[in-house]
Amino acid sequence: MSAAASPPRPNPVRHSSIPWAVVPFGLILLALVLMAVFAPLIAPVDPSTQNLLARLKAPGTEARGVVYHLGSDELGRDVLSRVIYGARISLLVAFASVILSGIFGSILGMVAAFQRGWVETIIMRLVDIVLSVPAILLAIITVAVLGPSLYNVVIVLALTRWPRYARVAYGQTLSVANMPYVRLAKFMGAGWFRLLWRHVLPNIAGALIVVATLEFGLMVLFEAGLSFLGLGVQPPTASWGAMLSTGRNYVGNAWWIATFPGLALFLLVLSINLIGDHVRDRLDPRSR
Amino acid sequence: MSAFFLKRIFQALIAVIGVMTLIFFLQRLTGDPVLLLVPQNATRADIEAMRVTLGFDRPLAVQYFDYMAGLLTFDLGRSYIQNIPVWTLIASRLPYTLMLAGGALVVAFGIGIPLGVLMAVRRGKPESKVMMGFVLAGQSMPTFWSAILMIMVFAVWLGWLPPSGARSASSLIMPSIALGLLSMATFARVARTAVLDELEKDYVRTGHAKGLPMNRIVTRHLLRNAAIPVVTVAALEIANLLAGAVIVETVFAWPGLGQLTVQAINARDFMVVQAVVLLGAVTAISLNLIADLLYSLIDPRIRMEANP
Repeated sequence: MSAAASPPRPNPVRHSSIPWAVVPFGLILLALVLMAVFAPLIAPVDPSTQNLLARLKAPGTEARGVVYHLGSDELGRDVLSRVIYGARISLLVAFASVILSGIFGSILGMVAAFQRGWVETIIMRLVDIVLSVPAILLAIITVAVLGPSLYNVVIVLALTRWPRYARVAYGQTLSVANMPYVRLAKFMGAGWFRLLWRHVLPNIAGALIVVATLEFGLMVLFEAGLSFLGLGVQPPTASWGAMLSTGRNYVGNAWWIATFPGLALFLLVLSINLIGDHVRDRLDPRSR
Repeated sequence: MSAFFLKRIFQALIAVIGVMTLIFFLQRLTGDPVLLLVPQNATRADIEAMRVTLGFDRPLAVQYFDYMAGLLTFDLGRSYIQNIPVWTLIASRLPYTLMLAGGALVVAFGIGIPLGVLMAVRRGKPESKVMMGFVLAGQSMPTFWSAILMIMVFAVWLGWLPPSGARSASSLIMPSIALGLLSMATFARVARTAVLDELEKDYVRTGHAKGLPMNRIVTRHLLRNAAIPVVTVAALEIANLLAGAVIVETVFAWPGLGQLTVQAINARDFMVVQAVVLLGAVTAISLNLIADLLYSLIDPRIRMEANP
């Protein structure tokens, strides 16, 4: 007689200390980050070197002493090297835009919750307005105005994504601001900067980190999407999105041009999303 | 009751006006909005002439009210590149985008909802983990990559479906799947959470106690209650589908609004870009409003909780 027939528990018990399901994806993410950082050491050849005599070579072909492990593109550039260098752009843009929008949004959200009155009204109305436009459309029109470049992509993403952080920071600050210790600190004469920095921020940081990890994957996809549309990083810089865009034109005779950058992009976003989910489960017990 | 409705409608109007204002200032962010509107090879004299014709030499406040008045009377202006009213351009492309969004919604709903319900009902079982993996993969798959892979497999290798364009009904299949995959993941997640929430309620336990089979509890009682959050998300997803169409239409050369937008950006046809973004924003805001109003009709507690 086994005791396994106990009824299912309504709430799952705590996670085990090591999340084995997430580990492989953590390793993939680590590998991609290392690939980006050490790109010049790993890449077999320069990602921008053209070789018009070795155009559209299939993976594994050797031409003039260079082995194209993942094939070559329409200008005879090594796809493997471009995929490796592309990791730099993806991670750099995502990291920079998450940091920028995170700082900007968190400050505005905290200030809105702390100052109340017209400051609150203006900031939170602006949050509503920006969030009401589909983000990719807002990014497209901003790029159309500013012109496409690496820096502009970061600026555009930061400008369109800050309200996500502002809303969370606002809600969290409102609930923390009335805690006895915050009121006490205020009573003891702490200025608003000190209050926010020393007493509020440490308590709302967890929620903001959850937003940031979930946003990171989205930023990678946005950068790739904008570059795919020709609105992001400009050639000849290797960007996965731009490589996919060229690959689209050669699906019939050179499948490798689009397949490998797409695979890299997919693995990066998948690992970030899985890790983000895990972080959220850990830091925010209410969500499942 | 009507106070909540009025307040919510008023908020939506403010948001629409806010978006218009945002775009107005965005357009002037570069310093010279005329440069956004003239062809790249325009001469200095052309630009000056254009500035006067379009009224950009007037004070900013006058320009602003003129711009707003135009938009509020549904005048989206003319495309200076193609020299036709923007409305005409949009009207010719809109049906294609609606078709695509409809197809994508069918894919997203048809796969996402059953998947989400199954994941919740079979929580903790291995098949639930497999389904969750599928959902996560769908969520992490860049639309343009899944689109290109589909073209490779079904158009180039197997030759079953046309690779691009909009010549026959079969042209709609791949773009719909590519666009629907992402929303599929969202629907599955929301349905899963909604069903899990309901599974903990008393009436489910009562059902078990009465000896009802699980299938019956789910289909007859639980799904109706779990439908509310799903409907809300559906409204928001439609807006996302319209935005996602920009990329999918580019990959498949589908002649909808998304393709129009990308063509307009490359041709520096700012009036068209602005019109599509405004249209997208107004659609998103309206769908949001409708979802909120519907939600409050179904569940009166929402109206009570809304701050005064």
